[in-house]
Amino acid sequence: MTSVFSAVLQRDLTVALRQRGTLVHHLMFFVLVVALFPLGTNTDGTVLVAVAPALIWMGVLLSVLLSLNDLFKADHEYGMLTQYLIADEPLAIIVAAKVLAYWLTSGAIFVITGPVLVLMLGVPVAALPVMIAALALGTPVLAMIGAIGSALTLSLPRAGLLLSLLIFPLYVPVLIFGAGAMRAAIVGLPVAGALYVLGALCLLAVTLAPWVIAAALRVGLDT
Amino acid sequence: MAEPVSFWAMGGYASYVWSAYGIAAVVIVANIAVPFVRHRALLRRIRREEFIDD
Amino acid sequence: MTGTGFKRWFHRFGSLPYFYDVSARWAVWLAVPAVVLIGYALVAGLFVVPPDYQQGDVFRIIYIHVPSAWLSLFGYTAMAVAGVVALVWRLKIAEIFIVAAAPVGASFTFLALVTGAIWGEPTWGTYWVWDARLTSELILLFLYLGVIALHQAIESPRTAARACALLSIVGVINVPIIHYSVVWWTTLHQGSTVSLTGGSKMDADMLWPLLAGALGFTFLFGWLTLWGMRVQLLWRERRSRWVMKRITHG
Repeated sequence: MTSVFSAVLQRDLTVALRQRGTLVHHLMFFVLVVALFPLGTNTDGTVLVAVAPALIWMGVLLSVLLSLNDLFKADHEYGMLTQYLIADEPLAIIVAAKVLAYWLTSGAIFVITGPVLVLMLGVPVAALPVMIAALALGTPVLAMIGAIGSALTLSLPRAGLLLSLLIFPLYVPVLIFGAGAMRAAIVGLPVAGALYVLGALCLLAVTLAPWVIAAALRVGLDT
Repeated sequence: MAEPVSFWAMGGYASYVWSAYGIAAVVIVANIAVPFVRHRALLRRIRREEFIDD
Repeated sequence: MTGTGFKRWFHRFGSLPYFYDVSARWAVWLAVPAVVLIGYALVAGLFVVPPDYQQGDVFRIIYIHVPSAWLSLFGYTAMAVAGVVALVWRLKIAEIFIVAAAPVGASFTFLALVTGAIWGEPTWGTYWVWDARLTSELILLFLYLGVIALHQAIESPRTAARACALLSIVGVINVPIIHYSVVWWTTLHQGSTVSLTGGSKMDADMLWPLLAGALGFTFLFGWLTLWGMRVQLLWRERRSRWVMKRITHG
């Protein structure tokens, strides 16, 4: 069971690192969303600091959404998914490995570029550790929930917009607690509560979502 | 029981109360009408044997 | 009921022609209590109950607002329960229920939001407040719309219904989490919120019509969903022999 997990994880990581172009696009999209925002307001520091947490998280939500669209697409087209479906190992394990591989590559982008971007928005350096912790705990939830939507819309030709309708409402708790922790850190309020909740959400998503994603794949592929 | 005039006036809140009740009536009537109309149309199409061999 | 008796009933209930026939009769038993209870709630709520000592007559919106809000939660929970039944026992009736209940639930969620906004203007001085309950209700509307959109996007009716079943189960797990997080968000960053029924303790005279309204709306929901199910069922089975027999030669 663990061997399948690590085999799928390794394979997906290798594929992701070979397709560096996609990763760069992903990174550029995130940077652009955040960097264009100040151009729509003014250079007033207080405004930018006030919206920085919401802005970072909206950028994360949007780029996760766009990239999740293709999470199962290649596997579906090349018939790998059918292999996974009839494999002896539980589909949930394979799916968990796939989502983990996705998160390791995309989550890394947010954790590395996020701090630079919020510094540009005028967030104090002292708030950075909390922001990184919130991103590290929140993005797995986004990946897990998003994968459910991605699996449900797998066989649809233009699923992108529909996917956003399905999963954005489910992202509300992560947005609230993720941005809430950052805002609390900026004004110097205690942040532990919000981070604990994010951690709980993360545990819940990591343990439950793989089974739901597996069920969604079976429904989506009608088996 | 309130006087008819003051009843419709709703103590000065007539526009709020009656618009809320009006929208509720529209939503409920629409929810009743849509399946009713669709059911009738579907029955008509089945009777015309539109679905026999397609 | 014995085990085998229940099983037989379960299978008969799952049979679509049987359901199509008996549901016409059941519809009456849902419509009559709905009309009676909602009628009582309206008459009592609009004529009998005295105006609220703080809000005056505008509080009478409560008799549609609260039943609609109750229904929005009840409907989504019912969809999730049907979702479990549809996925575990593959019961077609449960699939059809989800598909038929989603637009009804969505429209009552919309009604709860609109009446809440209309009520908010004279009470809060603005149509929209990022109040915990209103915000959760808005997210719930998005959840409903997601189920409807998913159903419309997938062509095969069975696959569509099963996908909706899964989505509503995921949604129902999220509803309390969303509500909790929205409450946390409003209390931390907005100070004290004004609640709709704020302060005034509810009188029994006011409460009974409200409960009758909520129960009446629940029957109404059942009735509307049952009719939606009959249409959905007929559409799915439009090419089958039993439909032909019943409709063309019946």
